[in-house]
Amino acid sequence: MRDFSYARASDVHQAVSALSGSGAAIIAGGTELLNWMRLGIAAPDRVVDIGGLDGLDGIALDTGHLTIGALASLNTIGEDPRVVEHAGALAQACLLAASAQVRNRATIGGNVLQKTRCAYFRAEEPLPWACNKRAPGSGCAARDGINERHAIFGWTDACVAVQPSDPAVALACLDAEVDVAGPQGRRTIPMTSFHLTQEEAAAAGEDPARYETRLGPEEMILSYRIPVRPGRRSAYVKVRERASYEYALVSAAAGVELDEDTIVSARIALGAVAQRPWRLPGAEAELAGKTLSKDTLLAIVEAAMRDARPLAHNGYKVPMARNAAVRAVLLAGGRS
Amino acid sequence: MSDSASTDATPTGGGAPAPSWSRTMSVSFRLNGKERAATVAPRVTLLDWLREEAGLTGIKKGCNEGACGTCTVLVDGKRMNGCLTLVVQCDGRDVTTVEGIAGEDGTLHPVQRAFIDHDAFQCGYCTPGQIVSAVACIAEGHATDEATVREWMSGNLCRCSCYPQITEAVLDAAARMGPHT
Repeated sequence: MRDFSYARASDVHQAVSALSGSGAAIIAGGTELLNWMRLGIAAPDRVVDIGGLDGLDGIALDTGHLTIGALASLNTIGEDPRVVEHAGALAQACLLAASAQVRNRATIGGNVLQKTRCAYFRAEEPLPWACNKRAPGSGCAARDGINERHAIFGWTDACVAVQPSDPAVALACLDAEVDVAGPQGRRTIPMTSFHLTQEEAAAAGEDPARYETRLGPEEMILSYRIPVRPGRRSAYVKVRERASYEYALVSAAAGVELDEDTIVSARIALGAVAQRPWRLPGAEAELAGKTLSKDTLLAIVEAAMRDARPLAHNGYKVPMARNAAVRAVLLAGGRS
Repeated sequence: MSDSASTDATPTGGGAPAPSWSRTMSVSFRLNGKERAATVAPRVTLLDWLREEAGLTGIKKGCNEGACGTCTVLVDGKRMNGCLTLVVQCDGRDVTTVEGIAGEDGTLHPVQRAFIDHDAFQCGYCTPGQIVSAVACIAEGHATDEATVREWMSGNLCRCSCYPQITEAVLDAAARMGPHT
C-alpha cells in the first residue's frame, strides 16, 4: 500500500470539496478501500475520512419512509427492528453479507460501491492477464476464461463482471432512492439506476468496463430512503457455495403485497447476475392479480429469464436465479 | 489528535474550508485499558501497529484482506478486523486485544477457560482471533445455539477445522457467564 495524505472531514461540504481534482478517495469503514490499495486497484494521493461526520449513521422511520444514513454499519441495519419490520429483505441482505467482524466496519454507503469479485480483476499488480477495468484496452480475460461467477445479463465483450453487493439488491427491490452530495449540491438517484450494466454504460457513450455507477467522482452518498408500504413484506434469498461468509452465486430480493392469496403487487430483484441489481419488471407486472403459488411463480419468472445470455461456465445461474426469485417471493408472502 | 509533520496544500472547491492533509498523524486511544499515544503514517493498519509497534503479537496476520479473522480485535467493544482498520481511525477509541481479555491477576476469561476445557484448537494460530470474536459473539447475544454460533463465528476460519470444539466452547462459556442482558 502506497503512502497517502490523510484528513478528517468536519462536515459533508468539506468532504465533497476534498474530492475535487483527481487522486482523492473517501474512507469510511475501509473494508474495500484498503484492499483496493493493497492490490493496486486504487492508489489515492489523498484519503479523506468521513467516519466522524455527525448525523450520517442514523436510521429513522417517519411517515412513508425509512431513512438509513450512509455510515450505518451492516450489523446495525440488519439488527434494527424498524428495518426488520419495514424492509426485511434489506435486514436479511445485510446480515447475510460478509462476516460479523466485517459487518461492524462496513457501511451501507460504501457497500454498494464495492467492486466486482472477479478473480481476474482482484489480482495484485502487475496484472498477469487482461482486464479492461484495471488496464483499459487490455481485454477481458473472463469473457472466454473462467466465468462461472460472472454475468448472465447486460454484459459486453469488454467486461462480464457482476456487482456483488447483497444490500444493493434489496435496496433496488424496495425502490430505494439514494441521496448524494456533490459540488453542485444534493440530488437523488433511484437505486434501480444507480449501477449500470456494461451494455448501459456503452449506450451512454462511456467505457463499458469502467463506468459502473451514476455517482459522480466528486459526489458522496449521504443516505437511502426506502418507501414504507404497510402491507408489503419482503425477503432475501442468497445462494452460495458455503453456508456463511461467502459471496452469492445468485441472490434474489422480493417484496409482495397480498390480499389473502392474491398478489396485489410484487417486486423482484436478482443479484450476482449483472453489474447491477436486476429487476424483473415484466414478471412483476405479470404477477399482479395472480394467486400466490409456486407453479404460477415458476412459469412467470421462467419467462422473464428468457433474455439471459449465459457465458460458457455460468448457465447454471439461469435456473438457480429463477428458483431463488420464486423462493424469495414465497418467503416474502409468508410461505416457505 | 493533532496534525504534525509535513502537510500538503491541496486545492479545494467552493467556499468550504480546506481539510487539513497530513502525512503523519498523532493518535491517542485506550489499548487494553491503558492510554496510548502513537504517531503513524496514515496507511498503517491497527494489525501492523499492534504487532510491530505495541509488541502485542496475539493478533495474527493471516490473510491481510478481511477473509480469515485472525486479526480480530474489539474497537469500542465491537469486533473488527485489524487488517481493515487504520490506526488513525482508532483515535479516541477503546481497543482491546486478546492480551486484554484475561483478568489483571492473570485469571483466564471464561472464554479462554472454555477453549482449554473443550480442546478448541490444534495449531493455535487462529485461537486469539477466535477468542476475541467469541467474547463479542457472547456479548452480542448471539451465543444461543449451535447454528447461531456457527453463523456468527463464521468470520473466524480454523484450518485445523476445530469448529465443533470451538462451537462447544463458545456455548459453554456463554452458559458459564450467565444470561446476557
